[in-house]
Amino acid sequence: MPEVRVGDLLVSLYDLLGWGLSELGLYPSVVSILQKLVAGFILANFCLLTPLFTIWLERKVSARFQDRLGPNRVGPYGLFQGFADIVKLITKEDITPASADKTVFNIGPVLAVMSVLGIWAVIPFTSTMVGTDINVGILYSVAVGAIGTLAIMMGGWASNNKYALLGSFRTVSQLVSYEVPMIIALLIPTLLAGSMRMNTIVQEQQVWFIVAAPIAGLIFLISGIAEVGRAPFDLLEAESEIVAGFHVEYTGMKFGVWMLAEFLHAFTVSAITAVVFLGGWRGPWVDQYPLLGIVYFLIKTYFVSMLMLWIRVTVPRVRIDQMNDLNWKFLVPLSLAVLVMTALVDKLIPVDFSAGSRSLILFLANMVIVVATLLVLRGVSRKEQAAQSDLQAEVNSI
Amino acid sequence: MTVSQILFILFALATLVAAYLVVTVRNLIHAALWLVASLLGIAAIFVMLDASFMATVEVVLYVGAIAILIVFAVMLTRRVMEDVGPQRTNNWWFAAILSVLFFASTSILIWFTKWPNLPEGDVGDTVLILGKSLVDPNKYVIPFEVASVLLMVALIGSIAVALPSKQSE
Repeated sequence: MPEVRVGDLLVSLYDLLGWGLSELGLYPSVVSILQKLVAGFILANFCLLTPLFTIWLERKVSARFQDRLGPNRVGPYGLFQGFADIVKLITKEDITPASADKTVFNIGPVLAVMSVLGIWAVIPFTSTMVGTDINVGILYSVAVGAIGTLAIMMGGWASNNKYALLGSFRTVSQLVSYEVPMIIALLIPTLLAGSMRMNTIVQEQQVWFIVAAPIAGLIFLISGIAEVGRAPFDLLEAESEIVAGFHVEYTGMKFGVWMLAEFLHAFTVSAITAVVFLGGWRGPWVDQYPLLGIVYFLIKTYFVSMLMLWIRVTVPRVRIDQMNDLNWKFLVPLSLAVLVMTALVDKLIPVDFSAGSRSLILFLANMVIVVATLLVLRGVSRKEQAAQSDLQAEVNSI
Repeated sequence: MTVSQILFILFALATLVAAYLVVTVRNLIHAALWLVASLLGIAAIFVMLDASFMATVEVVLYVGAIAILIVFAVMLTRRVMEDVGPQRTNNWWFAAILSVLFFASTSILIWFTKWPNLPEGDVGDTVLILGKSLVDPNKYVIPFEVASVLLMVALIGSIAVALPSKQSE
């Protein structure tokens, strides 16, 4: 019987389950499959139940930002509002348009949730607790996210509705363009850690990578918000101006599943940011009690999540040309410049430097790029202002 | 038969059935979606070969690009749902001969090639080995650089095609 360590309780329970199953006389391969099925079931349910809480939190906090009270009727502080919403969604009529492609129409939302849930398989909760620590973890998270784009296209097309199809075109164009700076921004921590394995990336962060790669962190956060399609990048389904978007034909719980995928995606992007840039499960006493890592990881994830919420309730929606300009004329060149700079500077730093001084040098190099970027931006905006005032003068002379 | 053999047969069968449906299904979008299924089957076979990098790249590049393919399929074709024309042209026999010839020659090649055996035990970090061999002058640095230059040419070419000509302005 394996010993139960309190500091690493969940992993010990996992081992205990495996021991119990093998005592029943099952083959080792069957035991490990059963163990993984149970762990995967618990992980998936944790992820699916998290939005119940985060949706309440988001509504409550954004209400405070806007000087309102937010949900406060169901349960203490309106905590059970999520359950009421789910009951409402389930009891609503489930309509499938007569001319819709029924199979594809139904697979769409399921695939969307699946693509987000799949990412959680490689996210390390503690140093010992990670679904599967594959050596291409970061690339895997991007790959599984790409299936989500496909799901949106399927949903929009299968609805057999012009507006849904146009909505999915808009969404796919935004998601595909913002994937470029996101992947380049993820390359930088990979470069610093020397591995795409999520747990190695966390272990290499004696100093959080947000210090050594602040620009990459910011680019990842911005493109992450765009990938999720939330404000200020919610022009895809701007309720006040255009018909919702690709999910215009979905009703009841199927619509709920799309919403679930979106909320879960936002939470997942925060989790990836916490793991890759904020040191994941790292924190005091985590060596003795690995279980504490979950607490640190969740605190960091909720911090990023609240940061995204803060941006969401503060910044107004961008126009579609601004969305494209920001990506292709600003984020992509900047991320490429930072990538080249990081690779060069990291190679120039002698090997015997400590992690702290290495991060400090990279931080300073990043600041040089920030200053250069600001100077370039100032030059461009001065040119534009000059052109505009010329135009104004011309108009005035007429 | 071991478990991995059964899994291989299942994945290979799924890949082949999906690939067959890609070319026979009448609905263009369904064909694209079956292509996704077939590519995922290939990714699964890569996973079974411990080629995790190839598997993820297969999903990123191909499955990720299918969404774009569907966009083009919808925008460049009319009435995809109602296509009722014949699925064969008069030249089908020529294509059949070519396909059989291609299949036969590849089969012969596969049959007579001396495949290296998989090394026993743990080979180490496969991504690390792959990365090192791509920049190793004794291995694949020239194909790697040639591919990079080709992609660069394609990028510049697409920009040149998309640029509005000076006269039209």
